[in-house]
Formats: sequence, structure tokens, C-alpha cells
Amino acid sequence: MRIGTLLSTVVFAIGVTSGIASAQDYPSKPINYIIPFNAGGESDVAARFQQPFLEEVTGQSIVVQYISGAGGAQAWSQLNGMEGDGYTMMGSNLPHIILQPMAQDVGYTTDDITNVYFFQYTPDALLVPAGSDFQTLEDFVAYAKENPGSVTISGSATNSANHVATTKLNELADIQTTYIPFSGTSPSMTALLGGQVQGSFSYSTAALNQGEEIRVLAVAAEERLPSLPDTPTFKELGYDMVGGAYRGIAVPSSTPEEIRTQLSDLIGEVNANPEFVKKMEDAGFVVISIPYSEMPAFMEEREQQYQSVAETMGIETSSN
Amino acid sequence: MDKIIYLFEALSVANLGLAFVGVLAGIVIGALPGLSATMAVAVLVPFTFTMNPASGLIVLGAIYTGAIYGGSYSAILVNAPGTPSAIATTFDGFPMAKRGDGALAVSLATLASVIGGLVGALLLMFLAPPLATVALAFGPPEYFWLAVFGLTLISALSVGNLLKGLIGACFGLLLSMIGVAVIGADVRFTFGSQTLIGGIDIVAGLIGLYCIPVLIDLVATKDPHLKVASDSSGFRLAESFGILMRQKFNALRSAVIGTVVGILPGAGGSVASLVSYSEARRSAKNPENYGKGEPGGIIATEAANNATVGGGFIPTLVLGIPGTPPDAVILGALLVQGIKIGPQLFTSQGSIVYTFIFGLLIGTLLMLPIGLVVGRYAYKSIISIPKAALVPTIAFLTVIGSFAIHNNLHDSAVMLGLGVIGWFLNRAGFTPSPIVLGLVLGQIAEQGFVQAYLIGNAQQNVLGQFFGRPISLAIAAFAILTLFYPLIAKAIGARRARKSDVDQTVESRKADV
Repeated sequence: MRIGTLLSTVVFAIGVTSGIASAQDYPSKPINYIIPFNAGGESDVAARFQQPFLEEVTGQSIVVQYISGAGGAQAWSQLNGMEGDGYTMMGSNLPHIILQPMAQDVGYTTDDITNVYFFQYTPDALLVPAGSDFQTLEDFVAYAKENPGSVTISGSATNSANHVATTKLNELADIQTTYIPFSGTSPSMTALLGGQVQGSFSYSTAALNQGEEIRVLAVAAEERLPSLPDTPTFKELGYDMVGGAYRGIAVPSSTPEEIRTQLSDLIGEVNANPEFVKKMEDAGFVVISIPYSEMPAFMEEREQQYQSVAETMGIETSSN
Repeated sequence: MDKIIYLFEALSVANLGLAFVGVLAGIVIGALPGLSATMAVAVLVPFTFTMNPASGLIVLGAIYTGAIYGGSYSAILVNAPGTPSAIATTFDGFPMAKRGDGALAVSLATLASVIGGLVGALLLMFLAPPLATVALAFGPPEYFWLAVFGLTLISALSVGNLLKGLIGACFGLLLSMIGVAVIGADVRFTFGSQTLIGGIDIVAGLIGLYCIPVLIDLVATKDPHLKVASDSSGFRLAESFGILMRQKFNALRSAVIGTVVGILPGAGGSVASLVSYSEARRSAKNPENYGKGEPGGIIATEAANNATVGGGFIPTLVLGIPGTPPDAVILGALLVQGIKIGPQLFTSQGSIVYTFIFGLLIGTLLMLPIGLVVGRYAYKSIISIPKAALVPTIAFLTVIGSFAIHNNLHDSAVMLGLGVIGWFLNRAGFTPSPIVLGLVLGQIAEQGFVQAYLIGNAQQNVLGQFFGRPISLAIAAFAILTLFYPLIAKAIGARRARKSDVDQTVESRKADV
């Protein structure tokens, strides 16, 4: 990573001396891809899947770097201070960039983040241990109805996709469960496997990794996942719930319109590659294609979704 | 012993070469303050994508082991832990180096690390599936009590000045709360500053609180950095072996503690070495020497932190749950390689897993010769470099190291700020260790407490969460024992004295008069 940075700095210096790069020959040097989380998480893994394909379509190397901290806020608050020449792009995550600034001052606002593409999401999945009495979502909901407040659901962090999912399920099924936030997907899964909690909201990726140790009651996707063909969606079961962690790519606000579109097209090209889609789906990701031109409509739709649960999650308090 | 075939796979020339390079690179990276094992592994991951999975894993495992061990060099020679796992190595390592026993301390750390690494890797090979259940048996209340247990070490670390130790620990706990809370997502104690919103990174805190005061003192005083031993020749290997033989029980116990703590996701090498240090001190015949340059302290911490490598791989490979942060990076790498991680890994990818474990064992053994040579070189250069060159070099490394944590100058600012605070506190008699303990353990304790409380509340049995679980109770009992051990030891000593012959009593009465 450090060698990469050094290399790109050298290449950058050469690029500057040999004349200012124009949009015509973009990209003409390595692109920095900043992940706002630690290495090894879903964002990193997806970026590593993209890396070789992006390098193929751009003809340039893609240098993956990490600026983690404060659930991503550390990196996002610095994004617009970076150079907007198309050679710096950053992972962008929903609901993070909507819920974080909604809850409190984290150094950036949702509008500060210029998203050029959302390329995948990991649907929320409700999991129980393999030995659990809950065979179906109905069992789970029925038990929760009889014992309000006593069913515990683990998840990764507060104001996260898992937290939204728990709140949303409570609302749609008219039940009351207790959400227990953990410091990441892994500790949350450990708590589930160890029987510390009765259920867990996690992502399709994590559900897939655990295989037979757990039972997936439902996934919050539009359609059944190719990797989990026997698992029903919440929609099938009568709960209008589609969501999870959406991951995309953002650029500094100073990036010219032309380059934003070009970058969006390049990422779209990768997304259209069947080999890439296969790799992503095998790991439990759902590939989606929301290019730069469709961004405003998509963001508005998501914002409305999160707004409706934010109040129940106790987020609105800080806005007054 | 069908596993033996994988040994030969691991012994291929290419894999041996990779293990050698990995260990060497790991040692160097680990020795530099701020460049941690996680970082070393993350940097190397992209290179492994071109290798076959087993070779890739071997090089990553070798780097990881090397880095955890390398952290002891700077802990011993500069009083600055190279990685968080080496915090407790400074307690006795630096005092030893100061009095001229640096070479001995490095040799001891090497031997202990190799033993710890071997125990961890062997347990991984033979007992991984049953041991993985340990990770699952630990729930939020257990983590809470484990952190409290770690905090009781403060009473041992600040003998003679308990009050200042406790104040330091409270300061550390306060530091651990800065930033966005994991549970609740409240922004705390940032005073509107963007620098503090990410919280105080443990590595930045370590570099600041340990390194900077040492640097300032080096500049401010005329004394040479370390006293040079009269006969600074050789590794003092025979002497190290002798000490190790006398401390073999300590080494083994620490290695087992290290493996078990390594299995727990969210605890890690720093907690493992602190817990085993505390146990080594409690059960030692000469607890008063701990913290003043006692070889047993180095053996305990170094055996423990290297054992966490093998231990951490147990939940990683058996459950698909990373035991330590570097394991998370390695798991991600496996996923990108197209290998299905999770409970099926051991059975479906047995050849990769066992080749890797043998690779880890080989890497650990290679650490002995490589470590002794590099360690001796490091020691020689630290004592022979003039202060005028040493201080700027270390100062440069502190800034680079703290920047490299998150590619972020905020962490460098936090590091420098804490460094200056730490220097003033040092002068006022507050040592950095209680502060760092508070910083490291504060988050674990807080999360465990809040989660246990939330779960208890949902089950309408909060007290049962904290006091109704056998593992919790056992850890709590150890915590109480450690906390009051100085008093208990005194009481036992007093009773023994009373029982012993009358002459002594008479004598002491005479002395009273």
C-alpha cells in the first residue's frame, strides 16, 4: 500500500511535468481507490474483486488504500479536501452517509458526498443458530409477539443497515425486539453462534460463509439470491422490506462533470462483465447498477426509506 | 498422521523461501513503532493474489508472526512497543536494556516468542475444533470481566503509588471514550474537533505515551541512551536458555493463556500479554522484581503474544470468524481468492489449511535464527548510534508510524499531543502503562458492559448476566485475587512470620522499641 502510494506519487509527478491530463485521455495514470473502512471488511473485499477488472478497462493500476475511523466518517469528512481530478475515488456506503449526518455533526453532510456509481449491495438477512426453535420467520415473529422486548437481535453498530433492518422489521411485523449493537459483523456473528442472542441481522455475505451453522429465515432482497436459493425474501413472506448495505464510489466535489460520467461508465463496464458478476454473487453480493445519471433519483428514494425509520431509531432528537 | 504429507508440501523450496522473507519482513515492520502486524499483512495481501492459496497464506502467516515478535525489539531497546502486543514487554524489557542486559532481553524475547508461537500453532493443528468453542462461550459479560481483570494489573504495576496509577487508568479510560461510540453512535468528548471524531487510536496512543517522553528525556539529559554491558559480545544464548529452563512453567502457561485469549475475537495480543504478565507476576516467587527488569516478565509477554497468532487462527479457520485484526485481513484475502471460508474450510480445503499450519510452524522456527541475528544487529546499532542521530530517527518514525495507521495526519496530531501530556505526567510521577491499559481495555469493558446490560434487560435478568455465568465468575474471581494479591501475600507472609520461631518476634519487638 505504501509502496503503491509512493509509486503513484512518482507517476503523478511525471504526469504533471508531461502536461496536464485532459478528459480525453482519462484515465492516464494510476487511480487511488480509498476504502473508508479497515482491510478485510465487505467494502474491501468488493473493491478487491473490482480491482483487476477496473485495471483492465482503464488500462491503469488501481491503488487500494484505507482511511478508517468513526464508521467511515473519518474518510468521508476529508473527501472534498482531496484532489478532484478523477484519480482519487472513495468507497461510499448507504445507509452510513445518510444516517450519520442525520444523527449528528460528523464533519460532512449527505450532499457533500458526490456519488458516481452504486455497484452492489449486501441484503440484510435475519439469521438464527442452526439449533434454534425458530424454523421460519413466522415462528420468530409469533414468539416475539408473545414476549415483547425479550427477543434479542445482534447486529453491526448503531445506525447501521442492520439497525435499520431490525427497526423496520419491528415496525412491519408489529413486534418489539431488542437490538444489541456489536463492533462489527464478526463479533455480532460470534454472539449469535454462541447463543448470547436469539437472532442476528447480518448480510447475505456473512450468512453464506457460516453455511450449516446457521439458518437464514429471510433476506431483504427483491428476489431470492442465486447463492441462497432456498431462503425466502421478506417480500414473499408479506413484509415489504428490501435493504442492506449499499456500496458505491464517490469522488471529491471538485471533480469535473465530464470525468464523473466517464468514471461512472468505466465502473458500469466492470459491472456488465459476467465473470465479475459471477464472482460477486458467489460471495453473496448482489450486483446493482446505478450510474451517475440515475443517482439523484436513487438517493432520494433511499433517503425517504431511512427517514421513515430514523425517528423510531431515535435519531431525530439531535436535529432539534 | 496423514497430515504429514502436507508437511512436505510446506517444505517446498518456494514455500521455505516465502516463509523466510515473510518472517524477516515481519520482524522489521513489527520493530518499527506504528507499523503494526495488521498493517504488514494488509500491505502484503495484494501480492499474494498471484500465488497459490497455500503459499499466499504461508507468507501472510510468516509476516504476522514476525511482526508480533519484532514488536519486542523497540519495546526492549527504546521503551516503545512496536505493536500493541508488546506493551507489556516494555515493563521489564526496557529496565533490562537500561542496565546493560539488552542482548539478554532480546535473546529471551526470541526464545519465548518461538515457544509461544509453537504452542499456538500446535494447538491450532491438533485441537482447533474443540478450542473454537471457547470463542463462542465468551459473551459480552465475559469480555467485560476480562477487561476488568486486565485493569486490575494496575494495582500491580503501580506498587507504592496506587493512587497515581488509578488516576492514570481513569485518564486512559476517558481517552478510550473519545469519538463515536460503537454502541449508541454518540459523539463523545470531541469538543467539535474533527481530529478527535475517530477517537484515540491505540497505536497512536502507544507511540505518543511511550516514545515521545523517552525522546524528550534523551534530548534533555546527557546520559547515553542505554548502558553498554561490559561484555556486549554474543547473544548470551546459554544464559537465556538457563533462565528459560527455570521459567519453563511460566513460558508454557503464558503460551496457553496467549492461545486461549487469541481465540477470543476482540481481545487480541495486547490483552493476552497483559493477562499472562499479571499471572506470571502473581505466581512468581519474586513479584516485587516484576517491572524492574525481571526476565520472567519478558518470557510471559512474548510467549503469550506469539501464541495469539496460532490461537487467532483457530476461530478464523474453524468458524470463519477472525480472532485478531490481521486474521480479518487474511480472511478477506481468502475470500477474494475464491475460497469458501467458514465452518466447512477445514474439511473442504484440508490441504490448504494443513499446508498453511505447517508453514506457520516452519516460520516460527525460522524466527529463532533470523531473530537472533536481526536482534543482535538492532541492539548493536541502537547502542552504537550517537544520540544526535538516534533521536531524530525515532522521532521521524513516530510521525510516519502514526500517520500510517489510517493514512491520516489526525493520528499524528493525537500522537504528538498525548506525547507531550505523557511527558508532563511522567515528571509528575504518572507512568504511561496504567494510561495505556485504560485506553486499550476501556472500549472492551464498555462494550461488554452495555451489551450485557441490554441483553440482561431484555431477559429481565441484568444481575444474572454479570454474576450468573460460570466463566464470568471465574474471571471475576481472578480479578479480585490479582487486585488484592499484594494484601493477601502480606497477610500470608505475616502469618508465616508469626508461626516461625520466637526469636524473630523478639527481635522485631526489640526493633519496634
